[in-house]
Amino acid sequence: MGRNVRGPVPELMSAAVHSCSLVLAHAPDLVRHGSKPTREDAAEQIAPRLRTFEEALGYPPHQVFLGNLRPEALWEIERPWWGHPVEAPREGPFGVFVDEEELYRRLEAADQFQLLRLDGREAADGSLPIYRNGDRAGVMLRAHDLDESLSASVLLENLACKATGALALEHLLARTGFPADELQYVIGSGEEAVGDRYQRGGGNLGKAIAEQAGCVNASGSDVKAFCAGPIHALVVAGSLVSAGVYDHVAVVAGGSLAKLGMKFAGALRHDVPVLEDVLAGLAILVGPPGDGAPTFRLDAVGRHRVGSGSAQQAVLEDLVVEPLERLGRKITDVERFATELHDPEITEPAGAGNVPQRNYKLMGALAVRRGEIPRDQLDAFEREHGLPGFSPTQGHVASAVPWLPHGLEALRTGEIGSTMLVAKGSLFLGRMTELADGMSILLEPGKE
Amino acid sequence: MKLDGKKVIALGERDGVPGPAIAECVRSAGAEPVFVETECFV
Repeated sequence: MGRNVRGPVPELMSAAVHSCSLVLAHAPDLVRHGSKPTREDAAEQIAPRLRTFEEALGYPPHQVFLGNLRPEALWEIERPWWGHPVEAPREGPFGVFVDEEELYRRLEAADQFQLLRLDGREAADGSLPIYRNGDRAGVMLRAHDLDESLSASVLLENLACKATGALALEHLLARTGFPADELQYVIGSGEEAVGDRYQRGGGNLGKAIAEQAGCVNASGSDVKAFCAGPIHALVVAGSLVSAGVYDHVAVVAGGSLAKLGMKFAGALRHDVPVLEDVLAGLAILVGPPGDGAPTFRLDAVGRHRVGSGSAQQAVLEDLVVEPLERLGRKITDVERFATELHDPEITEPAGAGNVPQRNYKLMGALAVRRGEIPRDQLDAFEREHGLPGFSPTQGHVASAVPWLPHGLEALRTGEIGSTMLVAKGSLFLGRMTELADGMSILLEPGKE
Repeated sequence: MKLDGKKVIALGERDGVPGPAIAECVRSAGAEPVFVETECFV
């Protein structure tokens, strides 16, 4: 066991989350280029069940994502949520929802090598056809005839991540009024593999996103940890600020094009719209304590250890129980836990169940086992300490962060006294280890 | 269910039981795991 820091947090060990932006980009014509629809050649099957922009806008989970609804509101809205649209502004206090036309404009703007050609040309020589409103609009060119890492599909995936990450960072800067040229470091935390065949996954999309958002004095790097990437990156960002290396650091991530339409088969089988038609992005500003910004408890970071094993109980013991024990606290002392907030209306038709609910059941079971709550209170744990799922199934984006802007507001107003972000990552998918991964961080109200 | 002498395909789920844990269980009951994988469905 490593040494634990106990007692009051020294002034040096402090950093705050000043703001978080979340963005959505409607991408119905890119669903065909998701990994699963491509492999199943499913574009024609999917087309009749794609949503219009207005339908996607009025989808209640998206309005929670933008901050126009509180997450708890979803517990009161009749299911299916897609059948019960709500008032649908394009902007909310936490973010913006752009239509496909604006997404394409941003993809072109982010494309420094002019590989995306929306000039009506036909696909040829390894290029990928791009559609607009269901019609041919042009192509994504490959950048090399033999290098798979520079194929049209990989580059489109990377470009989509860059453009939506930059959209989120630009929104964050506009929302906070933080000058772009004062940002010192940007950490990319998405899951795309940027690089050519000699350094597949070489990355630093963080810096490319910083450039796109006009952060001329920033440098950057990427923190890679599957879906847990953003929480690992938050801990790194908080540590860099608390150590005085940088004043302000942004954590960013763009959307995952590969995951568009991933569970289309389940949706079609249950006559549900294909809800995986949006790319998402996030940007978080980390800086010194002050201005009432909620602060990190860097002395209570939860990490899934190599030796802990991958059983769910072991993962949650490491991420939830161990860091709280370090502070002498109980599970039930944390008002709100954010876990992977995948929208159940996407996962349930595919047979994957309600992911956040399952996680809260496990946390509640730990609380029961520790004698913190009676067994008959287990079902209530989800509503008392958890959240409904409202995030697009965009991997790293869904991992706890969609709660962050809501949580920051609740901490600032005093509605809650602490919240914990808990993320998990599926390292075993890469076939380099059988291990899972996870990271957690506790946030508390800040100082004025 | 008798697993002794059976060959087993173990498909784990990342929010549930991991593949290697299933494999270990069936191995202790005398079965032979011939394929073990953990998948992520989100």
